[in-house]
Amino acid sequence: MSPCNTGDNIMTDATGPMMAADGRPLKASLNRALRRQKLRALALIAPLLVFIMFTFIIPIGQMLFRSVENQIVSDVLPTTVAALENWDAETGQAPDEDVFYALTQDLMVAVEKKQHTRLGSRLNYEMTGISSLFRKSGRSVDDIGEVYADQFIDLDPRWGEAEFWADLMGAEGLTPDMPFEMHPDVFTTFARAAPAYAAFAATIASEDGDDPREEEPWNSVYLALYEDLKEAPKFTNAPKGIEIMSEFAPQVVDFETIDLAAEFADIDEDWVDPAVWQTIQTYAPEFTNGYFLNSIDRQKTPDGAEWRPEDEQIYLKLFWRTMLMSLAITGSCILLGYPVAWLLANLPMRTANVLMILVLLPFWTSLLVRTSAWKVLLQQQGVINDLLVWIGIVADDNRLALINNATGTVIAMTHILLPFMILPLYSVMKTIPPAYLRAAKSLGATNWTAFWRVYFPQSVPGIGAGSILVFILAIGYYITPEIVGGTKGVFISNRIAYHISSSLNWGLAAALGTILLALVLVFYWLYDRIVGIDNVKLGG
Amino acid sequence: MKLTKTLMATTALSMTSVTAFADGHMASEMTIVSWGGAYSASQQAAYHDPYAEMTGVTIINDESSAEAVAKLRAMNEAGNVTWDVVDVVASDAIRLCDEGLALEIDADEQLAPGDDGSTASEDFGDLLVSDCFIPQIVYSTTAGYRTDLVGDTPPTSICAMFDLEAYPGMRSLERRPINNMEWALLCDGVAKEDVYDVLETDEGQAQAFAKLDTIKDNVVWWSAGADTPQLLADGEVVMGTTYNGRLFALIEEQKQPVAMLWDAQVFDLDGWIIPAGLSPEREARALDYVRFATDTQRLADQAKYISYGPARASSAPLVGQHATLGIDMAQHMPTDPENAKNTFLYNYEWWADYRDDLDAKFQAWLAQ
Amino acid sequence: MTKATDTAFVEFDRVQKSYDGEVLVVKDLNLSMPKGEFLTMLGPSGSGKTTCLMMLAGFETATHGDIRLDGQPINNIPPHKRGIGMVFQNYALFPHMTVAENLSFPLEVRNMGKSDRQEKVKRALDMVQMGDFGGRRPAQLSGGQQQRIALARALVFEPELVLMDEPLGALDKQLRETLQFEITKLAHDLGITVVYVTHDQTEALTMSDRVAVFDDGRIQQLAPPDELYEKPQNSFVAQFIGENNTLEGVVQDIKGETCIVKLDSGDIIDAIPVNVHTVGERTKVSIRPERVEYDKSRLSADAHTLKAEVLEFIYMGDIFRTRLRVAGTDDFVIKSRNAPDQTRLKPGEMIEIGWLAQDCRALDA
Repeated sequence: MSPCNTGDNIMTDATGPMMAADGRPLKASLNRALRRQKLRALALIAPLLVFIMFTFIIPIGQMLFRSVENQIVSDVLPTTVAALENWDAETGQAPDEDVFYALTQDLMVAVEKKQHTRLGSRLNYEMTGISSLFRKSGRSVDDIGEVYADQFIDLDPRWGEAEFWADLMGAEGLTPDMPFEMHPDVFTTFARAAPAYAAFAATIASEDGDDPREEEPWNSVYLALYEDLKEAPKFTNAPKGIEIMSEFAPQVVDFETIDLAAEFADIDEDWVDPAVWQTIQTYAPEFTNGYFLNSIDRQKTPDGAEWRPEDEQIYLKLFWRTMLMSLAITGSCILLGYPVAWLLANLPMRTANVLMILVLLPFWTSLLVRTSAWKVLLQQQGVINDLLVWIGIVADDNRLALINNATGTVIAMTHILLPFMILPLYSVMKTIPPAYLRAAKSLGATNWTAFWRVYFPQSVPGIGAGSILVFILAIGYYITPEIVGGTKGVFISNRIAYHISSSLNWGLAAALGTILLALVLVFYWLYDRIVGIDNVKLGG
Repeated sequence: MKLTKTLMATTALSMTSVTAFADGHMASEMTIVSWGGAYSASQQAAYHDPYAEMTGVTIINDESSAEAVAKLRAMNEAGNVTWDVVDVVASDAIRLCDEGLALEIDADEQLAPGDDGSTASEDFGDLLVSDCFIPQIVYSTTAGYRTDLVGDTPPTSICAMFDLEAYPGMRSLERRPINNMEWALLCDGVAKEDVYDVLETDEGQAQAFAKLDTIKDNVVWWSAGADTPQLLADGEVVMGTTYNGRLFALIEEQKQPVAMLWDAQVFDLDGWIIPAGLSPEREARALDYVRFATDTQRLADQAKYISYGPARASSAPLVGQHATLGIDMAQHMPTDPENAKNTFLYNYEWWADYRDDLDAKFQAWLAQ
Repeated sequence: MTKATDTAFVEFDRVQKSYDGEVLVVKDLNLSMPKGEFLTMLGPSGSGKTTCLMMLAGFETATHGDIRLDGQPINNIPPHKRGIGMVFQNYALFPHMTVAENLSFPLEVRNMGKSDRQEKVKRALDMVQMGDFGGRRPAQLSGGQQQRIALARALVFEPELVLMDEPLGALDKQLRETLQFEITKLAHDLGITVVYVTHDQTEALTMSDRVAVFDDGRIQQLAPPDELYEKPQNSFVAQFIGENNTLEGVVQDIKGETCIVKLDSGDIIDAIPVNVHTVGERTKVSIRPERVEYDKSRLSADAHTLKAEVLEFIYMGDIFRTRLRVAGTDDFVIKSRNAPDQTRLKPGEMIEIGWLAQDCRALDA
């Protein structure tokens, strides 16, 4: 029957699209009618959508971002990173004075902003010792350039006055109640001192609420001033401060000078170690794949990625172990859960309910109680071992190690996750009519054949749903493996938790988490390919 | 309740005029974060209760010290720091200070001088290991052993841990490189003062791991301070390390057949930090609290409830008897001269650098 | 139609069944059927018919008594060794197998070779006119098609006895009638013995050689369909099979093959005594609606008649259905054929009705 016969509101012409009674195309008309329905449906799910957005999508997005984000290096050491671009690690030499000059200026700001130790912690993940290098340098960096400050003040006491500096660098027409502002011209005149002074002014204002008009500049500003005057550029036009430039430039030639690299080496020898600079250079970009490389036991080097030293390789092993043990847990959940689910589905209601309570008991027991119970049961002086010794299966001096190893993790996690296997199995089995088994038997199948050929295939969707649930939950578990897993039974999630709460290497934790997420998706995809995701049922 | 507190506070104020002037600018509620259990209870009795009685402040307890660093960083990123005073171990204080998450303290300015007339910085001495750290107690990670499972010659040296022949059986060690690496080297013939120099080299690390390898199959690795006392009580291990206060409770309160092994125990510090970024009222309140809670008398008071040594030199003479057991506490302190004959000084600076690296190696070693 | 032979093929001997040890759902069942018979167990739900079928199939065990198949007691033989084909109410086709795999299943478990299997499956599918559907899944078939497959599966391993448990219950009327015909034809062509359970009496009457009417755990009557309809042995069977008018009264006189019943309304009627034996006994008198006459010329002269008022006249195409008030009841129904000379009664009309004494059966009260 063609649709145009079904109503007299619908007209059709031989060639064009079908029209509604009002002359609009039928499709448009239908869409309009459906739109309101769709909007209403959308409004109904909106709260959930917003909830998922905030609790799931955004955190996952943040995690993905964190796993590659590396802005701290270029944020804290902006000019150093720029100056380092020309340095070639291959030379085996520490960078030149320009880099150390930039480091002095950046570090001075960073120390005032208390960012240098944070950067030190970040770089310490990549190279041992950088943490204390930055902490130590933070204490001494303000002395660098002191020798110039003294000489300038000796030359003219005005250099020691905050007011004099502010007049030299400040914009015209500033009144004391206006916030300090730099004069745009001085950046031409004092190519180094002006940015250094500007950084000083901005930092003390933002960190301590101080006014540069009342504070003597840092030693690093004097260092910058000396560098400017030393070169004494000649200007054709006359920007602000040119007269000061001309006045003092000839006088600084006799100044006692310092070697910046030596000054830093004085603070810590590591500053002239090319390896430190190489690390800074390697991790200078705002985004890095370093965390991901780290997550698979590799590391960034100037020659590209390479394997980490063998005695530090752990993550691939842990990923592999997590997968294997999760599969083992899933397998033992199937083995233990299947008969229980079958019983539940086939027992009379009242008995089944009692059994169901027993199945759900792990859900209602606090982790602490469960943990103590496992310890009491599984440890070497525990109930199970005592029993085995008493029966005589196990010698007293050769008790079984059932906890603090992989066995412990599998036992404990199977116990926790069993309900997640039993419940979907149960609800699928509930929908398999007993008639199928009877039919199979009436057709001549033995009990086992009837089960294996007829019942079992129909319960596979339940196994699938249960396995996906158990496997995905297992892969991300960390509390239980931490408590009962010892050293051989811990999962990758335990390292993630460690990096989140102890080492604070959140970037690495995020990269590990992202890989774990990707692995789950891969498993899901594989499952879909092999079993078919339509073959997953949580119930009727 | 609130009225009573206010009344009490007023009474207290009229009696102690010292803190009165600042009270108007201080928050009337504060959240103090600590470790929970007997330790928090000792702080409650020694610090919180008298402080609340004196000022009328409502103190909210939070037992999150174990995750304090991560949580503070998360709070800081979210721009909403809800804690006012946090109890952390010294190494965490250094991390927090490095991260800019803790307030820097000027000890002489902001902490009470010692009862004996010394300044705060003299009184705390070397224990001020970070600019942000206000020391509170000295504790030690110490070994204990089952007196009934070690035969006729009870161990006297930490190296018994590595001597499977004389002391067969399982032992429990903390699941981290810190302390274990040092002990391994000490027992492998490295002099105490050379330990960190040796550990800095690849060969030294290999040496330490090789020593640990000899007992690897006989170690239960713990991650919570309560694990070793439980393992000792159950007879699961012959000996194990934990915090000395936990062992004290096991021996003196629970009367288990366990004894302390005061040898090469590693001194560590625990104390307060104040999170950075508090409002002026809350910061003032937090500073006022720590000034009170870390004065000479208060630190000595805490030792009545738990066997950790007060961080001030001036508190030591004031340490008395246990509040309920009635035993002299001085001899149970890790700082007692008899106990501190052979101690090991934990190098915070060194570990701040090598922690990431050695932890990776340690975990890889464990997983082998 | 195959006539029952003397040797019993299926035999229930004093069989009892109780699930809870308190109530007997099957009470003292005795049944004997010869080879090749098509026997239907008919009865309301809870009457014990399905339990009997399940005991025969081996899914339930008899609490007491013997069930014999071809002379052998089968009480202790597990279902899969009984070699009985079975068709289930909801077909029970295995959803994860194709039609051909479903059919092949009983042959596989009998370890039959692959080529034999294929041949037999093909023949069985052709037999139910489903030759082209071997590759489909059960879910892709209509209800009627599934039923045919279920039938083919029950027959493919050539059992001598086939049990069918309300196999047509889920189908619409038209399809049901077609399949009723097909099943009977197949059964007779193949010469198999069939035990068929249904609660649909039309189905029972049209398909069976004999029908066993179940109620309350007993067989109320076991008879060929015509006998069951025309000569019900008790009022339950009379009520249960076909449409029936019931009048209640007391036996006034018994004279050999006939008796006189005084109805509660005081009227006197003729009947044959089926289940009454003494004068003064209470009885339910049963008359089929189509045997009631209101044309006096068709009744014998001495027949007792009753006055009746027409309450309702329903035109049903091939027949007229008229509801009357007779002897104090309002639900007395008569049916008359739509013949050219037939009178169409009008509501309110007063008529006189009567019947042949042999059509009126005095049964138990």
